[in-house]
Amino acid sequence: MKKKYSFLLSTLLVMTLIISACGNAGKNTGTNNPGEASPEATASEVKLADKQEISVNIASEPPTLNPGKASDSTSGTILRQTFEGLTRIGQDGHPENAVASKVEVSPDQTVYTFTIRDGAKWSNGDPVIAGDFEYAWKWVLDPANAADYAYQLYYIKGAEAANLGKGKVEDVGIKAVNDTTLEVTLANPTSFFLELTAFYTYLPVNSKIAAANKDWANDAGDQYTTNGPFHMTEWKHSDNLIIEKSDTYWDKDNVKLTKINFSMINDFNTELSMFDNGELDWAGQPNGQLPVDAMQALKDQGTLHTQPIAGVYNYKFNTKVAPFDNKNIRKAFTYAINRQELIDNITQGEQLPAMALIPPTMFAENEKGFFADNDQEKAKEFLAKGLEEMGLKDVSELPPVTISYNTNEAHQKIAQAIQDMWSKNLGVEVTLDNAEWAVYIEKLHAGDYQVGRMGWLGDFNDPINFLELYRDANGGNNDTGWENADFKKLLNDSASEADAAKRTEMLKQAEAIFIDDMPVMPIYFYTMNWVQNEKLKGVVVSGLGDLTYKWAYIEA
Amino acid sequence: MVKYIGRRLLYILLSLWLIITATFFLMRLAPGNPFTSEKQLPPEIKANLLAHYGLDQPWYAQYGDYLLKVLQWDFGPSFKYKSQTVNDLINTGFPVSLVLGLEAIFLALAVGVILGVIAALKHNRWQDYTAMIIAVAGISVPSFIMATVLQYVLAIKFGIFPVARWGTFMHTVLPAIALASTPTAFIARLTRSSMLEVLSNDYIKTAKAKGLSEFMITIKHTLRNALLPVVSYMGPLSAGVITGSFVIERIFGIPGLGSHFVVSIGNRDYTVIMGVTVFYSIILLFSVLLVDILYGLIDPRIKLGRGKKGA
Repeated sequence: MKKKYSFLLSTLLVMTLIISACGNAGKNTGTNNPGEASPEATASEVKLADKQEISVNIASEPPTLNPGKASDSTSGTILRQTFEGLTRIGQDGHPENAVASKVEVSPDQTVYTFTIRDGAKWSNGDPVIAGDFEYAWKWVLDPANAADYAYQLYYIKGAEAANLGKGKVEDVGIKAVNDTTLEVTLANPTSFFLELTAFYTYLPVNSKIAAANKDWANDAGDQYTTNGPFHMTEWKHSDNLIIEKSDTYWDKDNVKLTKINFSMINDFNTELSMFDNGELDWAGQPNGQLPVDAMQALKDQGTLHTQPIAGVYNYKFNTKVAPFDNKNIRKAFTYAINRQELIDNITQGEQLPAMALIPPTMFAENEKGFFADNDQEKAKEFLAKGLEEMGLKDVSELPPVTISYNTNEAHQKIAQAIQDMWSKNLGVEVTLDNAEWAVYIEKLHAGDYQVGRMGWLGDFNDPINFLELYRDANGGNNDTGWENADFKKLLNDSASEADAAKRTEMLKQAEAIFIDDMPVMPIYFYTMNWVQNEKLKGVVVSGLGDLTYKWAYIEA
Repeated sequence: MVKYIGRRLLYILLSLWLIITATFFLMRLAPGNPFTSEKQLPPEIKANLLAHYGLDQPWYAQYGDYLLKVLQWDFGPSFKYKSQTVNDLINTGFPVSLVLGLEAIFLALAVGVILGVIAALKHNRWQDYTAMIIAVAGISVPSFIMATVLQYVLAIKFGIFPVARWGTFMHTVLPAIALASTPTAFIARLTRSSMLEVLSNDYIKTAKAKGLSEFMITIKHTLRNALLPVVSYMGPLSAGVITGSFVIERIFGIPGLGSHFVVSIGNRDYTVIMGVTVFYSIILLFSVLLVDILYGLIDPRIKLGRGKKGA
C-alpha cells in the first residue's frame, strides 16, 4: 500500500510542476494586426495604425548590452535602438547629428569639438553630459576591462598606446571641457570619423551608474539606463527582449513605434513559419536568415525584399605555396569561374557577382568590376603563361589543389560548384577539405591551406575596411601572405590625407593594384534578403545592413 | 541500504572527477579559443583578454582553480555571454528544460505503457499490429521531422497551437509531443516484449486459475514485473530529456539548457562547456542511482548492497 501512495505522490508532484509551469503564462503574442485607421494624420499625411507595436527576430541571445563590451551584430541591433551616439546614420545613409547638436572640426581635421544637445537625457532623467562619453570611451580603452572592440577607438590620439599598456588612459585625446563640450583629438585626419561616432563602441554610458555598479548592463531595470529612442523594459535571457519608446528621448516626437518585441528564434524555418502565421513582422536578414529552399517561392510571390550590403564573399589564395605563389595561375583560377551561375543556382539571394574587392555600396562602379565574369579565353591565356613561368608543360603537372572551407551547407555547395568549374574549364584536379569553424579559422590564420573561403563585412561605411587587412603580410587578417609596397604606401598615405576626394582616388588605385595581383578571388557581393509586414514602413536599412527603427511606423 | 548508497555516492564523485578531467583536457586540445573569429584581434588585445580570464596561467593552475570552483558550485563567467555567468545560464535554462522534459516523460510513459500492454494482451491481433506500427513509426521518424510536421499541421494549418516560443501551456504541447515520440515508441516495445515474457509464467496461470479477473492480473501481477526494463530505461532517458534537447529547443525557440551543449562547443566557450557537462553528469549519475534504488522497491527479489557477499 505504501508504494502505491508513493507512486500517487510522485505523479501528483509531476502534475503540480507541469501545472505551475502553465501558470507562468507569457503574454507575448504576435502583433501583426494593422488595427483601424486612426482619424488624425501626421504631418507627412501618413495614416498610422492604432497599435504601433512590432515583433521581430534576432535569432540569438545578445551576448552583452554594454556598448563598451559589445562586438557582434546582434548586440549592435539592440544598442542602435536603445542608445544614441554623438551622430547617428540617418535616413539618407549619411551620419547626422544626434546627441551632438553641433560639430566643429579644426582646419587640419584632427580636432573635433562636439556640443552636446540641450535636452539630451538618460532614461532615468539624468542629463547626458560630455563626461559620459569620456567615461565610456576611456573605460573601453582601459586594458583592465579587456574590451575586444577597443581597437575601434584607435583613431583617437593616444588610444592605441593606452590600450596596449604603453601609455596612460589619462593622456588619450578625449576631453570633456565642460558638461556640454567634448573635445576629441585624432591621431590622423580621419574623414569617416563621424561614421565612427555612430558606431556602438562610441556610444556613451551613464557614468554615474556605470561607475557605481560594474554589472549595470546585465539586466533590464532601473540600473540599465539608455539615451536612445527606445529603452529596454524586459530581457528574458535566451527567450525574448522588449524595448519601448522612451519618454526622455530628445526627439521622441519623431518616434512612432511604442514597443518592439525581439524574440530569439534560432531556426530559420521556424522564423519563416512564424512570419507566415503572423507572429513576426519581419523574417530574414540582417539578424535572421531566410531558408534557401524558400527563396524561389518568395521571389515568385513578389514578397522578397533584397538590398545590397557592404560585404564580399572571397576565396583567399595562399601566395606562399605552389601553385598560387604564381600571379598568373591565381588569375587563371579567378577568371575561370562563373559567378552568375553560382548566384542563380546556389546562393539564390540576388547577390552581385564580384569582380572587385570593394562592394558597390561604397564604390558604385564596382558593380561592373575590373574584369569579366566567366572569361574562359583569358583564363586559358593566364594558365598557359603561368605554366610556362613555372616551367611546366601541362596542367596535370600542377601540384594538387585543395579548397578549404568551414563546415556549412552553403559553403559546401559553392566549393563543389567551383571544384567542378575548375576541373572542367582548366582541367585541374581539385579536392575539398572542410573543418569545424574554429579549427578552420586557426588553419587559415596559420597559413595551413591553399585556397580558403572567407566572408568579409564592413564595420563602418568606408572602403578602408576592405583594404587595410591586406596591408601587411603578417597582419592578423591577411592570411594570404601577400604584400605589395605600392599598395602599402597608398594606404599609409591615404591615412593622413585630409582631402576626401584625393583619398578616395588613392584607395581606388590601391584596389586596382590588389586586383592586378589577385591574392584573393572575389566571388560575390552580399545582399540582404528578407520578408516583412508590408504595413511596416520607415525601417532604415543602412549600406552595412544595420536596421534602425527610430523612424519606423505601422501604416493603417 | 545506507552503506550501499554511501558506496554509490563515492563512485559518483569519482566518475565526476574523471568526467571533469577528461572534458577539461580534451576541450583545451581542440584548436581555437573563445576569441577565435574571422576578424582577428590585435595580438596585444588577445593577450590581455587571455590574462583577464586567467587563460594565460599554466594548465595545472587553471585545472586546480577549476576543481576548487566546482566544489563551491561556481562555474565562472561565460566567455560569449558577457552579461551572464554559467550559473545564470543553468539557473534560467534548466527549469524550462525540466518542465518540458517532465511533460515529455509523462506523455511517453503513459502512452507507451498503454500501447505496450494492449499489444501484449492482444498478441498477434490487429490491436497488436496497430500499436507496433505506431511504435515503429515513432522510432524511425527523427524528432526534427516530427517537430516540423506538428508545426505545419497543428500550428500553421489549423492554428491550434503557436508555432514556436515559450510562455504558456499551449507553447509546451507541440515540443513535448515531438520530444516524447521516440521514447514513447521505445517504451511501448519494451513493455510489450517483457509483458509477453511475463504472461507465459506459471504464476500468471495460477492467478488465472484462482479466478482473478484479467484486469487484476494485468495490474497486480503482469505489469509490475513487466515494467522493470522500462524503469531501467527511465534513468538515462530522464537525464537526457530534462536537460533539454538541442534540436527540439532550436526548432521551437525554447530558452532551455539543450542548446548550450552544442553551441558552447562551437564558441569554444570553455566555462559553459564545463558547466553544462558537469551539470548533466550529475543529473545522469543520480538518476541512474535512483533507478537502482527503485528496482529494489519494485522487485523484492533484487536485494541492494548484498550482492557481493551473497544474500
